[in-house]
Amino acid sequence: MFVRLLAILAFVCCATLARADLLDDTLAKFLEDKFPQTAAAVAELAAGGSPSAAPILEALGDNRLLIDPVGHILVYRATSGEVINARTGEKLTGVDASGFKKVRVNNPLRSAIAAALGALTLANPEPSKRVAAADAVFKSRDSKALKAVEAALAKETDPRAAEALRQARAAILALDASAPTVDRVAAIETLKARGDEDAQGLIDEVAAKTDSPEIKAAAAAALASIKTRLAIWNVVQNLVYGVSASSVLLLAAIGLAITFGVMGVINMAHGEMVMLGAYATFVVQSLLPPSLYQWSLAIALPLAFLVAGAVGVLIERLIIRFLYGRPLETLLATWGVSLILQQTVRTIFGANNKEVTAPDFMSGSVQWGGLSITAGRLWIVALAILVFVALQFVLRATSFGLRMRAVTQNRRMASSMGISTGRIDMLAFGLGSGIAGIAGVALSQIDNVSPNLGQGYIIDSFMVVVLGGVGNLWGTLLGALTLGLANKLLEPVIGAVLGKILLLVFIILFIQKRPRGLFALKGRAVEA
Amino acid sequence: MSTSRLDRFGQAFLVLTIGFAILVPILTLAVPKDSAFAMPPYLVALLGKYVCYAILALALDLVWGYCGILSLGHGAFFALGGYAMGMYLMRQIGTRGVYANPLLPDFMVFLNWHELPVPWWGFNSFAYAGLMVVLVPGLLAFAFGWFAFRSRVTGVYLSIITQALTYALKLAFFRNDFGFGGNNGLTDFKDVIGFNVQSDETRATLFSISVLTLALAFVVGKAIVSSKYGKALIAVRDAESRVRFLGYRVENYKLFVWVVSAVIAGIAGALYVPQVGIINPSEFDPANSIEAVIWVAVGGRGTLVGAALGALVVNFAKTYFTGAFPEYWLFGLGGLFVLVTLFLPKGILGLALTRRAPQAPLTPETPASTKARAQEAAQ
Repeated sequence: MFVRLLAILAFVCCATLARADLLDDTLAKFLEDKFPQTAAAVAELAAGGSPSAAPILEALGDNRLLIDPVGHILVYRATSGEVINARTGEKLTGVDASGFKKVRVNNPLRSAIAAALGALTLANPEPSKRVAAADAVFKSRDSKALKAVEAALAKETDPRAAEALRQARAAILALDASAPTVDRVAAIETLKARGDEDAQGLIDEVAAKTDSPEIKAAAAAALASIKTRLAIWNVVQNLVYGVSASSVLLLAAIGLAITFGVMGVINMAHGEMVMLGAYATFVVQSLLPPSLYQWSLAIALPLAFLVAGAVGVLIERLIIRFLYGRPLETLLATWGVSLILQQTVRTIFGANNKEVTAPDFMSGSVQWGGLSITAGRLWIVALAILVFVALQFVLRATSFGLRMRAVTQNRRMASSMGISTGRIDMLAFGLGSGIAGIAGVALSQIDNVSPNLGQGYIIDSFMVVVLGGVGNLWGTLLGALTLGLANKLLEPVIGAVLGKILLLVFIILFIQKRPRGLFALKGRAVEA
Repeated sequence: MSTSRLDRFGQAFLVLTIGFAILVPILTLAVPKDSAFAMPPYLVALLGKYVCYAILALALDLVWGYCGILSLGHGAFFALGGYAMGMYLMRQIGTRGVYANPLLPDFMVFLNWHELPVPWWGFNSFAYAGLMVVLVPGLLAFAFGWFAFRSRVTGVYLSIITQALTYALKLAFFRNDFGFGGNNGLTDFKDVIGFNVQSDETRATLFSISVLTLALAFVVGKAIVSSKYGKALIAVRDAESRVRFLGYRVENYKLFVWVVSAVIAGIAGALYVPQVGIINPSEFDPANSIEAVIWVAVGGRGTLVGAALGALVVNFAKTYFTGAFPEYWLFGLGGLFVLVTLFLPKGILGLALTRRAPQAPLTPETPASTKARAQEAAQ
């Protein structure tokens, strides 16, 4: 027993020693600093699988692998700045690395290094790292990595990593002219299943290079399938963009729809309420200590509602109520207010864009099939739905909502029934403005926070209200969805600007047919 | 309200404009440069610009003050007239452009175009360009108004779609492939009917023509609003449904004054471009059109003279303030919008007319009569 143990120990030692000797040989090749030798050394490092291989290769790729011309040893400078002996992995202290010579690399070497690193990290214990490594191999299509990929595939237990490895293997095999035709056709099938633009490019390359009719046929079939798939995903992606744009429009327009519905006046300063909300977000972020940073939006949302709502109430009390019954004059006066608000913000915060950063949970993106959606956009869609549902609740289930609907439908009758219309006007204006402030918090995440922020959305918001009518919030939702989706679906076909012009012309024509929008209030008044 | 007093203002206005049309060229051309009375040429160009704005304001007052149509897109007609004139001036540059192409304006050569686009055909003739100055804004206004008034789009909705109209045009003209110079617009003009646009004589002449056009627009406008047709127009403004029930074709009344107003605005734009030396898509900006509305409101709507006066006063103030306190001009302009709508609903001229009117016997105003008046004003 003891003897056997000893024997195993001896064997392990010998193996380690042998490997250490191999590493010495490999590293010696770097010292020559000639491209063919360096390439050979990279390949050996990748094949050897030594734990010190990865940092050395990374250093080589970043021009951090250095030769000490005096001691003739190979060192690398770690990202932290320390100088480390490549052979032993020990830190060298008191060494001035500035006189050392860099090991030169060229572009073919760089791709070889990337592939080698890919092969090395195929053995990483983290499945996500293994997937990334397999993807790197897929992109590099380096036939030298084939052995490593196959070895990793045999051991792989994680289904996602196994799939990625199979695709990497397929990428190498499909391009490998020496591989058997059956294998290559199978590889093309695997690539077809992957079905993205990378796979498409690769199969294109395979079809161009090969003479075999079988492979050509398989490639053509796979390409056709991938193209259809990509086209479908493209439409879906545009739809998602459209929904995202609609949610922004809905947030910006829904407050306008309320004030217009209740009071029959267009608030030209509505865009500035949105801008105030965005600046409230900026102020919250710059005042919060970093530890509370994740909560900045949670604090900004109610604050923006309050700030914009308060400004709205102030505008109503100071200006709009004196212009009751003169909607066109109200329009002009609120335009004046919008100019004053813009200039006020410009005077306080300056004319430059302010940076508002997204908290962690809102950054990054979500991948699903062929879709890629930024997390921020998803949150905005969620916020829009939330605001819509909350408003429906306020309108339908609270007494304030009931009064507001009564005033919307027939102001004089509501007044006769004892509803204080002035109070409702004030609160409705505050509510509409406050929602604009909430829209501002959302927009601060996707747009530049500048004094002109509101101007960019005001005309679009009008169009939503004009299209949707003021009888019902569903009209606003429908209007926002129509405009958002139409805009994003037209964009790839005729361009963003032309699409927008077309939509404006469409609305001008639409309003001829339905002068009061999709959801108009029905009544018997001659002058609605 | 004393109509005769307003007529007297109108007469004074006509005398003043004709006086200016004669006086300014003399001051700038005949008076020696070092004399205290000499008018520097830059001031002539500046005044000419204001006069064009005054014509635009007058056109706007015709539809807003007398027919109750608040257009937030009159800048579009102004700019279209300007573009028509600009295209003529571009064709006049000929081989004096940077690329010396006898047929194509510089920006087309730059965009690598080889043929003159169809919309540009004929613009080497002044008569054709002049026709377009009238026709393009006129036809656009006719098409737009025909649709809008027939389907009874009124009030705020109408204002918003006029704004959409000018916004759409702005986006279109910003595009290079739309064929009108894109972002940079049309500029670097040389001649107008053979006269150098930069010379003092041309500037003085253009100024006189602008002032006379203003006077002519006033006479035409006055004739319209004081005719029988004008009375019906005012009735449409005050009680549209009632007029319709009395058997008038309201949409035709509106359409006529709308088209006339657009044509006047187009002519103002055409006079504006050679004096300013450039026309670009920013003229279509919705903000410009709204600013024009405030000129009318400041001067006093429904008076014609007041609109022109408002344009002059606000623009002088703008020039002064943007020079002296650039930071505060927007406060001033914004405040003007608020204060005029709240406290001066009849504008400066309205104030002058009521102040000087003989004291009416004091009758205690009942709340009911105040309300009735407010409702009248609302419509």
